[in-house]
Amino acid sequence: MSGMTTSSSEAQIAENRRRYEALKAAGTGTAPKKMPPPTESGASPVDPQDIVRTETIPGGWYANYRLKAGERLRIESTEGTSAVALLAWNSTDTSERLNHADTVKIQWTAALQKGRLLFSDMGRVLFSILEDTSGAHDILVGGSSAATNVMRYGDDPSLRNTRTNMNLAAAKFGLGPRDIPPLVTFFAPVFVTDSGSFAWREDARAAGDFIELRAEMDLLVALSNCPHPLDPAPTYIAGPINVAILEGLPAAGDDFCRSATVEAARGFQNTDTYLGARP
Amino acid sequence: MTKGFSATPYAVAGDLVLKHEIPARQPWSGTIRKGQLFRLIDTCGQQAVDTLFYRADDHAERYSAQDTLLAQGSAYISTGTKLVSNAGNVLLTVVADSCGRHDTSAGACSCESNTVRFGHHTKFEHACRENFAIEVARHGMTKRDIVPNINFFMNVPIAPNGDLVIDDGISAPGAYVEMVAEMDVLCVISNCPQINNPCNGFNPTPVGVEIYEPPAS
Repeated sequence: MSGMTTSSSEAQIAENRRRYEALKAAGTGTAPKKMPPPTESGASPVDPQDIVRTETIPGGWYANYRLKAGERLRIESTEGTSAVALLAWNSTDTSERLNHADTVKIQWTAALQKGRLLFSDMGRVLFSILEDTSGAHDILVGGSSAATNVMRYGDDPSLRNTRTNMNLAAAKFGLGPRDIPPLVTFFAPVFVTDSGSFAWREDARAAGDFIELRAEMDLLVALSNCPHPLDPAPTYIAGPINVAILEGLPAAGDDFCRSATVEAARGFQNTDTYLGARP
Repeated sequence: MTKGFSATPYAVAGDLVLKHEIPARQPWSGTIRKGQLFRLIDTCGQQAVDTLFYRADDHAERYSAQDTLLAQGSAYISTGTKLVSNAGNVLLTVVADSCGRHDTSAGACSCESNTVRFGHHTKFEHACRENFAIEVARHGMTKRDIVPNINFFMNVPIAPNGDLVIDDGISAPGAYVEMVAEMDVLCVISNCPQINNPCNGFNPTPVGVEIYEPPAS
């Protein structure tokens, strides 16, 4: 019977479990460094000299960008009513792309916040979250579609949705539906209740919320600014978002995102090796 | 859980079409026709079964973890869950489940993510993404078609503050989950080879798959 175990395999199983418990203790609760508090409103102003490009995306619309490694992407929810879905692909091999499952599994959490990372399917880091005022983001539920808009708001074909937006954004990189994985949505305060159902914390977002991401390799990026499908507002409300691409800063030796956890350090080890050995 | 829980096997299946044991650590794929019943059996208990579904006549339409969770409004898969595609269509419906809870947020293990999670000494160990890459290639697909999957019999509780751990499995030997295909689907499975966390009780074991015709009416 293949499920039976021998005494030597019992010893191996016990050793595997011991190693896992040590990793779990390191990755949860007793992490080497605590995550920092959210960025304070009004803190970390943009240096105008750093601005490469700015754009305002109206409610319901999408945009796509190419980022070089090190460049920063700042997204501001001007009215506090926006939810911003993001996808990213490695620009030199688009089969490497955001992997939401690896992102939560590697970091032992579904709570994205300042100090956390977005991982690809190849064990490498796509983005670091350098600044974040809200700490209220969704990585489990995903975006709206034409069908969810009809269910929520009635049959109004003028209301745009994230699935269509992402298909369009991907198309403009020469990519198709096969290239669209699950996504993350910033300013979408979704959490899992004790009963397992999803709930929404509207008080967790405010006008002027922003998040600043650092590209950790050359990236193709798609953003969609549509109401999150779990947003309880009875009408379709999506304020404009301000997007700024900012020049890269010299990497500090004590960079928090690169060293916050053992998982982060190993993810950056993989990323640095892939990019050709930064010191 | 907000969903009902049924430990009752689907009592009215028709003739057995296929019965197969997937050896420990191995992949499998097969087609399930509309109306057929698909049963997965955790023969020895505590064995994660990493599973993907594709529309049989258009592989660009495939299982979507996020659309599935959005449609049911809760975070785990059990009886009543409609497994939804990236086009918003229902691929299969879970109709019975003796385990009670299955994960679809933690994805499949890979050599690359293993190095980040467990250390670089685990790089050269077999992983689900290797199984998936081999098995989807048999159907003309590549790595870009490997999306985050369902982990049947894998226990990944998610706390209100976001904490998420792959915990000890709660499936007993012989646990099963049953689903009915709502369209013709290709199923691709990796019988998870992971030995660095409790998803397989640190000891990968075989699992069973069975396909039944719809009951004669």
